Amino acid sequence: MDAFVQDTKLYARRKRRNAIAMVLSYIAAGSGFVALLWILGTLVSKGIGGLSFETFTAMTPPPGESGGLLNAIYGSAIQTLVAALVGTPIGILAGTFMAEYGRGTKTATIVRFINDVLLSAPSIVIGLFVYELMVRPMGHFSAWAGSVALAILVIPVVVRTTEDMLLLVPNTLREAASSLGASRWRVINKVCYRAALSGLVTGALLAVARISGETAPLLFTSLNNQFWSTDMNQPMANLPVVIFQFAMSPYQDWQKLAWVGALIITTTVLALNILARSLSSPRGQQS
Amino acid sequence: MELAAQSGTVAPSVLRKNSLIDSLMHGLTRSAALLVLLLLGGVIGVLIHGSIPAFEKFGFGFFTTEKWNPVTEIFGAAAPIYGTIVTSVIAMFIGVPISIGIAIFMTELCPRSLKRTLGTGIELLAGIPSIIYGLWGLFVLAPLLQQYVQPALISAAEGIPWLESLFTGPPYGIGVLTAALILSIMVLPYITSVTRDVFETVPPMLKESAYGLGATTWEVVWKVVIPYTRTGIVGGVMLGLGRALGETMAVTFVIGNAHRIATSLIAPGTTISATIANEFTEADGEMYTSALISLGLILFMITFIVLAAARLMLLRLQMKENR
Repeated sequence: MDAFVQDTKLYARRKRRNAIAMVLSYIAAGSGFVALLWILGTLVSKGIGGLSFETFTAMTPPPGESGGLLNAIYGSAIQTLVAALVGTPIGILAGTFMAEYGRGTKTATIVRFINDVLLSAPSIVIGLFVYELMVRPMGHFSAWAGSVALAILVIPVVVRTTEDMLLLVPNTLREAASSLGASRWRVINKVCYRAALSGLVTGALLAVARISGETAPLLFTSLNNQFWSTDMNQPMANLPVVIFQFAMSPYQDWQKLAWVGALIITTTVLALNILARSLSSPRGQQS
Repeated sequence: MELAAQSGTVAPSVLRKNSLIDSLMHGLTRSAALLVLLLLGGVIGVLIHGSIPAFEKFGFGFFTTEKWNPVTEIFGAAAPIYGTIVTSVIAMFIGVPISIGIAIFMTELCPRSLKRTLGTGIELLAGIPSIIYGLWGLFVLAPLLQQYVQPALISAAEGIPWLESLFTGPPYGIGVLTAALILSIMVLPYITSVTRDVFETVPPMLKESAYGLGATTWEVVWKVVIPYTRTGIVGGVMLGLGRALGETMAVTFVIGNAHRIATSLIAPGTTISATIANEFTEADGEMYTSALISLGLILFMITFIVLAAARLMLLRLQMKENR
């Protein structure tokens, strides 16, 4: 009888403890979701009001005047594009080495490790690096320097996805091609790259998504420019730095434009992320 | 007959050409891979080169001096280092339990249909640029904290010996605590996704055995899943910590940029990355720039060690799994 009472007590306690833990877990999941919705909600509600035709046609204004973000949008687009054009090929080549020519070698292992660390290294340090490397010797800030800083951030992302995607290509495909007499580079070029194409594109898209919101590495490389400029040798406006400057300013108009810029960036980044994700999971594949 | 003869004469040159291209490609891809190593070496080398003047002048005292005075050119890194560590550690205290809670929810509790939505949501959270978090922190979270949370904390902690010193001073809204809160949201996706992934490596047989013995969900998680995935969880947490330590923009918005070590968590402070972001373009003079680059070097070293340790742990887990 006594043992029985103790047993039910123990059982009740275990059930209670389980219930508490599970409720906490629900709360945790809920709070993560709330945070996401809250941030996105604020962004949309504050940004959408300022969004107008002028945003895409006018330059960044001096305080107190109306204006848009055209020069910043152009600057961001061009620097991101250059960075992707420079960084993606290098990343794909390095990833190819690790998955094909150098698979299993010590070099590949070390590069993979270093690459993974670089993947999450603080981007502001890359900004300092490029400042010392380019801005200081050249004597002035420039869009080239900004692009190089962004390209350095592209490389680890692309290396990582390229290697992962190439490793997913079945070896039987490579063997079949080789047995037909194809040389190694032909196998890679005609078989592996084609089989992994959607994955490679995903990597590039994720990299572009990553850099299009990056602020820290641009702060002291491409700096900012209040005016329209297409000269890559000069400082160039870009959305993140404009947002930073405008948000920290005491002027209402500028703060409003900062929110508009933030909305544009986030929409772009999320769209790129979703596009990349839909590319990497083939049709009909679940979870 | 003619064809065969032809191919017999053509083949060697084609082969030679192919093997030439092959070795070229090999070399090219190899040098691209080595470029990654060169990048790391370059970053470290350049930062060391740039920080020499500051370290020569201040020596080891650079780490222990709180004073940061651009006018008299006396620089010490103690306040930014302190701020970096404190904000990150608080962020971990808040972020880690929530991340693990979400991971438990995703692997054990949630219905299959919701799993994907939640997974995508978490990944989107990781994709939002850090400047957006900063903007949100400055214009939404900080006023909220200033108006409601901080006054409540101050009055609640009043008279309690230890807590009182943690929550004193006027409620600015911006400060160490606000930065830590933002960081805790930012690290959620990183820690959650690693934790969820390692939770899913637990063999179903192990879990089912525990359930079969009558264990509750919590007991399965606490006594089977977590012990089995311990290394992986720690790896994920370190990964999040690495991110938090190096995070720049979100912190720069809300930290207040004050070069002092305050015991109060609601006081403005600074971090290494925020100091660099705020002051680098305005830094005039060799010593000022050099001091900021030294800060960058310190930050890079700290995050490198943390991230390398995280990767090593995850690597070890992977090897265990493959065996």
